Amino acid sequence: MTVGRAMTYDRGVLVALLGIVAAASATAVSAEPDVPAAVLQAQADRVATIARARNSVVAIFGSRGSEGGSGIVISRDGYALTNFHVVVGTGAAMKSGLPDGRLYDTVIVGVDPTGDVALVKLLGRDDFHAAELGDSDTARPGDWVFAMGNPFLLATDFQPSVSYGIVSGVHRYQYPAGSFLEYTDCLQIDAAINPGNSGGPLFDSAGRLIGVNGRASFEKRGRVNVGVAYAISINQIKNFLGCLRGGRIVDHATLGARLATDADGTVRVAEILEECDARRRGLHHQDELVRFAGRSIRTVNEFKNVLGIIPAGWRVPIAYRRGGEIHEALVRLESVHAEAELWKQLADRPRSSDDIATIPEAVVPYYEKRTGYANFYFNRENQDRVFRALAASGSFDQLAGPWTITGQVEAGGQITLRLKQAEAACRLPMGESMLSEEEDLTAALDSAGDGGLLLAMHLWRKLLVAGSAGFDDLYYYGTWPLSHEGAMADVLVAQLARVECQFAFDSRDGRVATLELSTEASGDSCRVEFAEPQEVDGRWLPGRVTLHRGDRAVGSYKLEQFSFDPSRAEGE
Amino acid sequence: MPHCAPCAWRAGGVSPPVRDARGGSQPGANAPGSPIAPVRLLAVLVASAILSQSLAIVRAGADIHEQIAETQAKVVKIYGAGGLRALEAYQTGFLISAEGHVLTAWSHVLDSAVVTVTLDDGRRFESKLVGADSELELAVLKFDGSDLPHFDLSSLAAAEAGTRVLAYSNLFGVAAGNEPVSVQRGVVAARIPLSARRGIFESRFQGPVYILDAVTNNPGAAGGPVTNLAGELIAMLGKELKSAESNLWLNYAMPIDPLAPAVTRILAGAAEPLTAQTPTSKSSDGLDPRDLGIVLVPDVVQRTPAYVDEVRPNSPAARAGLLRGDLILFVDGQLVPSVKVLCELLAKAEHAASFKLTVLRDGNTVELTVQTPPLPSAERAG
Repeated sequence: MTVGRAMTYDRGVLVALLGIVAAASATAVSAEPDVPAAVLQAQADRVATIARARNSVVAIFGSRGSEGGSGIVISRDGYALTNFHVVVGTGAAMKSGLPDGRLYDTVIVGVDPTGDVALVKLLGRDDFHAAELGDSDTARPGDWVFAMGNPFLLATDFQPSVSYGIVSGVHRYQYPAGSFLEYTDCLQIDAAINPGNSGGPLFDSAGRLIGVNGRASFEKRGRVNVGVAYAISINQIKNFLGCLRGGRIVDHATLGARLATDADGTVRVAEILEECDARRRGLHHQDELVRFAGRSIRTVNEFKNVLGIIPAGWRVPIAYRRGGEIHEALVRLESVHAEAELWKQLADRPRSSDDIATIPEAVVPYYEKRTGYANFYFNRENQDRVFRALAASGSFDQLAGPWTITGQVEAGGQITLRLKQAEAACRLPMGESMLSEEEDLTAALDSAGDGGLLLAMHLWRKLLVAGSAGFDDLYYYGTWPLSHEGAMADVLVAQLARVECQFAFDSRDGRVATLELSTEASGDSCRVEFAEPQEVDGRWLPGRVTLHRGDRAVGSYKLEQFSFDPSRAEGE
Repeated sequence: MPHCAPCAWRAGGVSPPVRDARGGSQPGANAPGSPIAPVRLLAVLVASAILSQSLAIVRAGADIHEQIAETQAKVVKIYGAGGLRALEAYQTGFLISAEGHVLTAWSHVLDSAVVTVTLDDGRRFESKLVGADSELELAVLKFDGSDLPHFDLSSLAAAEAGTRVLAYSNLFGVAAGNEPVSVQRGVVAARIPLSARRGIFESRFQGPVYILDAVTNNPGAAGGPVTNLAGELIAMLGKELKSAESNLWLNYAMPIDPLAPAVTRILAGAAEPLTAQTPTSKSSDGLDPRDLGIVLVPDVVQRTPAYVDEVRPNSPAARAGLLRGDLILFVDGQLVPSVKVLCELLAKAEHAASFKLTVLRDGNTVELTVQTPPLPSAERAG
């Protein structure tokens, strides 16, 4: 039977059967007065919940229609989640059908090839129905859940299918294919998931989004539901969302160590790289990992589960036991993939439709192809957003002349900083230091005199005065937690000469909260924290900066006087 | 993992849905779908069953999670032989005593020198086979434990078509170590005789079974418990089988009430342990298969199945009715996992006596009585 003939026939049958079911359930309700009111109420609630939830469910189709899947809208302005493996099939531009019966042009935003997540944006409206995000860590085996989506691409009228089931397992670990499509800390459900459900929502019984359905155990019974499917937890996706919004190809993290279970059942460091932050923070071969990122670790799978929900670049708290003693550390997680390997995941899609010529006119303004990004348009948009927020603290672009900052060193004595466009100098009780962009900046980072403070302040000024133009390269990283219990911070990563500079912005006021310097040659980064803001001539400036090397605070400086000399021409 | 696949839809030659000028959606072409209407009908029936069944869970109250967790603590993961294509080296079982008795399905997984049992809390034990019932295809394992949560086989719950159930198993080996096994929900659709096969062989177990409306009998699920919503044991998930009539994979469980007496017999020691006995040196006057006129297939692998390659005419084996192609399963109730073990068992058999052979022939088990020859008075030739 051809697929073409099957379609009309099937739809007829389906509609007829749905009618029968509807009629049957209506009859059943009226013919069974002994059904407890609570049960009828539960059913009515469920129907109402599904009716509400379905408005955010997307049927995604590729431009050729031969591929697709499902998705879920998570913001009024049309951001929607789906699977990475769905957008690999569709390319950068796709069509999204919503239950309102309309088809919306949709553009890729950011992807996470390891976690199998993609963020896309539906275009054309700012009042989409957005799903409410739930808390997937509260899910327990036995919870009622429902999955919605577009199985077998049935939803040609964009009305999503719904399947009901329970949570079969939580915190499941499913091995990757190679090192991609790894499902960590995922939810296992017995609601029917079939090809085409990919990227669709998993809702809890109250209609809150707790996961994105992405894979199922398909084996000898064929590529159909076998009552065993896996959803990426929404809590994992929340961690990655900031990075995805930035149009990036986001990487997962590595601790730099391989863990193994000992004969006595403890999880120990079996191998650890010499050059990784965990090693520098004191983690050694044979140490027992006790806690990682806030969760107790009893098995290697538990470790892999927690590691898999954290983007590369974040810092997480760890606790390890050595000789009966517990040690705690804050460790930065590094990228698990080499950039080229990661980028290849998107570049190698079979029928790449991100050639600008094939992209619909409506999508063209929202798509910018650039190596290393899923869609650089959204990176630029976020850079602009961060700079706009920063500008609220005062206008600095007229202050291109030298700055002089004086203050007190916490440990005693005076500090004087002179910052110019391409050079800077610093006087501290212990001596003077200078830097020039003509020379090797990496030397300034390791300066014995100021510990990197001068370079940090120099680059901070550069960001305020010149923005992205002051650097060789600048991109929006996404978000990371500013303190490990705290709010998320937008992060810009700038490159100048061979120094990488990461600016994290306080979400409350848009100002630079921390600045971190590192070079390709590994070693402890230099981190400066800005605090105690003060207003100087209508501009907000830090009243205190603290310098950190690794996990040690090496200096704290109270900044008292700022003087700007706008009259002198730049470059003198 | 090969069994896990992303579930995007990809199909060739299907056009995208297009919108017409009037604003309505019009599928440009074809949603691929199952062309068989009855399958749809079944799906809808199942869907309606799920809707009605969901009501009961509402009624079961808020502590369903605790009850699931309590049941999960009684379920164990079993690791043994296998690992070849389509033969998983793992299955499921459940505790039936506080001291570490485990009821599970009799399968190739148990045919291993080391069968490991992993508890819900991650503890691992090596177990030994206490006994098995080849007709009911169940086995009882034992490891050294104490104070373990377990099902009480002396108080069994009844089930019938319409009973809502929860099925617990380590399907696909999803859970490892201390990870709780998977739980699925379903409804007993019927209690019927089993007419099924595995590969080309008919299932030895003939039922009755509960047919379930959920996909419960996945790889690794055999031996998992099925409970009602109160957590009472109803049945044990069976091995993966296809219906002999429809050739479709079955989702079924073996009601516990007919299994319980067999378990009691095994626990009472009435059934001989089926474990391969520790090999003993062949006594000089023991029997050899050749003494009985049996030529076995060449013993080329560690566990060569005891297939009969040839039966000598007018031999004790021929008189007993043994045929070429029979697979010898038991000697006097003792399991024969291999040619080697058969030779060891026969070596200990007595002359001028009789013993029972259980063989598999064309998918059926056949009992034969073999009269052993008297002790030879002279040296054997050759």
